[in-house]
Amino acid sequence: MSATTAAAVGLARRRANYARRYWVFAVPAAVVVVAVIIFPWLFTVFMSLHEWDPSHGLSWVGLSNYATLLSDTRFGWAVLRTLYFSVLSVGAPLILGVAAAVCFNQRFPLRGVARTIFILPMMATPVAIALVWSMMFHPQLGVLNYILTSLGLPPSTWTYAANTVIPTLAMVETWQWTPLVMLIVLGGLASLPQDPYEAARIDGASGWQSFRHITLPLLWPFIIVAAVIRTIDALKSFDVIYVITQGGPGTASETMNIFLYQEAFAYYKLGYASAVTLVFFALIVVISLVMLKLRQREKWQ
Amino acid sequence: MIRRRTILQGSAGLLAMPAIVSRANAASSFDWKQFKGQHIEVSLTKNPRSDVLQKHQKEFEAMTGISVGSEQIPEQQQRPKAALEMASGHPSFDVLMVSLHVSKRLFGSAHWLEDMRPYLANPQLTAPDYDFADIGAGAVKTATQADGRMDSLPLNPDLWIIFWNKAIFKAAGLAYPSSMDELLTTARHLTDKKTGTYGFVGRGLKNANLPVYTSWLLGQDQLTVTPDGKKLLTDTPEAIWAADFYAKTMRECAPPGSIGFNWNECQTSFAQGKIGMWLDGVGFSAPLIDPKASKIVHDVGFAVVPKGPKAQHSASFVDSMGIPASSKKKGAAYLYCQWATSKKIMGEILRTGSGTPARLSVYTDPNVVKDNKFGKEWLQAVMDSQKISAPGLPEIIPVTEFRDTFGVALTNMISGADPAKEMKRATAEFQPILDKSNAG
Repeated sequence: MSATTAAAVGLARRRANYARRYWVFAVPAAVVVVAVIIFPWLFTVFMSLHEWDPSHGLSWVGLSNYATLLSDTRFGWAVLRTLYFSVLSVGAPLILGVAAAVCFNQRFPLRGVARTIFILPMMATPVAIALVWSMMFHPQLGVLNYILTSLGLPPSTWTYAANTVIPTLAMVETWQWTPLVMLIVLGGLASLPQDPYEAARIDGASGWQSFRHITLPLLWPFIIVAAVIRTIDALKSFDVIYVITQGGPGTASETMNIFLYQEAFAYYKLGYASAVTLVFFALIVVISLVMLKLRQREKWQ
Repeated sequence: MIRRRTILQGSAGLLAMPAIVSRANAASSFDWKQFKGQHIEVSLTKNPRSDVLQKHQKEFEAMTGISVGSEQIPEQQQRPKAALEMASGHPSFDVLMVSLHVSKRLFGSAHWLEDMRPYLANPQLTAPDYDFADIGAGAVKTATQADGRMDSLPLNPDLWIIFWNKAIFKAAGLAYPSSMDELLTTARHLTDKKTGTYGFVGRGLKNANLPVYTSWLLGQDQLTVTPDGKKLLTDTPEAIWAADFYAKTMRECAPPGSIGFNWNECQTSFAQGKIGMWLDGVGFSAPLIDPKASKIVHDVGFAVVPKGPKAQHSASFVDSMGIPASSKKKGAAYLYCQWATSKKIMGEILRTGSGTPARLSVYTDPNVVKDNKFGKEWLQAVMDSQKISAPGLPEIIPVTEFRDTFGVALTNMISGADPAKEMKRATAEFQPILDKSNAG
């Protein structure tokens, strides 16, 4: 046995001893995790196998809640709408956020002030801004239609029609969360090496070419991180939709979260709602894993 | 010979005198102090009635010696909170403001609330001047469960009326309609899309829109469910007539986007002076006469919903006060309910324009009526509506699901779907849900 391996074994043993002797310190954290994450999760699984109506109590139904879910068209539409809403409210902030980051990476007067103003929407409370937006969307009295008609454009129905409601809600999300993408990407830009740009300039590359072939590939890892964060946020988005439309008109903006809330707290079908939660949970886990896998592959070497 | 003990006995008797006197008074009047020193928690829904209750809470505390903690929560959040807490068996409140139009059957079938009848019959607990008979019969009927228990005391029926813009009517040379058919022709006449004037506005948003529909259906003298709560009546010719009426008024006479309107969008539109008529709860009157919020302070009229083909009714939605059966301070809680539904508090609610209380006497009490800010026409509309009030929603457990299912059907009609087809589809969809809730 060489000296180095002996030392390594000794180090490993000492580490193992640490773990054995100081497990007590991990107990409080473990208790908290069990109490607030693991127990509620297991309880949700338990509830999803029961029919639980608050006025009549629990009754065992096995997997029938899941079977009902499969044939529930309202649930199916809610899943599709969630995906539609998520694609829009991840895609738009990503494109705009990268563009904004590239802009704010240039030097220009009052850049600090402009950056601060740009990230203000992110700091606002979602419920409060949702109320403000819903006033602006009012088809007769809202300021948005006033602006459109003043410019000679036809008024829009915004959140007051089935075909425009989801893009409009995605617009609110985009307005609020583009700054987050911008911040992440801006951090990425600051860390990029300068040499490739110099080489490209010497070779006569245009601004667009160096963006397309140098900046963008080097930024991918950061963009993927932003995309993962945005995707999770978009999938679980509730407050803005609930405040502005409550899932309406009709059920035109009823995403999985709104559906879940209705089933649990308006219809008191707690068992069924628990089954929806678990399906939703599985969906988020799968999507996040796919995105993280993408990130691994794109990892900046 | 005077002994020390005799003196002591005598003075003890003297000291006890005030207690005996107050006990004697209690027998002749009423002992509000019987639960002195207790603390109760009150869960209220957010509305102007609750503001009045909280404003006068100190008076209750001084009168009874009971300390009160009260909280207002928006109705849509308070309902599930209350239901889940009562299901757990340990609610955090001793008094609950109940929205009977949604929670009546759920609370009733689960026996979560105390039956108020024994309390009312007990002279130890109910003050002689409470006068239960003064509370409107319609509201009492709404508060009474199918098995005869009355598990809450009615506080406030919100009545649906028509708000109308007199200036628009005058400019068009029209009078307030005397029937529903006339309402439709009038609304069509007033609608001028070029100038952005619309004859009618009502809630289009799913769930919220149901009372607009039931208001028209009540004109056919029909409810949405049979009296036993078992069979839907939503595909009868009368029900389809009402759906068609709803679709016509909303499609032809209401502003674009009304499919997403709840009461607040309707209110802001109406207050801007471009709408002829608005059908909604009388509880939304106050901002219309507030110069800061309304352009039609002097033009707004308040009127009873016109008569339909068969009857004239005003859809009503009753709030009441109840006590959880698991509360440990039921006596103190009952005193609070009694005080909250007393002549004094209900008078205060009407005087300040905070609601339309269930007691009839307050509407003729000169002290209350004299400085009512809404004026005579409003009072008249409220009194007339009170007399013809009928429940605006079915008395079934899955009310919210009912509202959503039929609410979606109604929004589809505004977008152009056929009323008969939509009502039949929604009826077929909802009947199994109703059957299941009745079986459970």
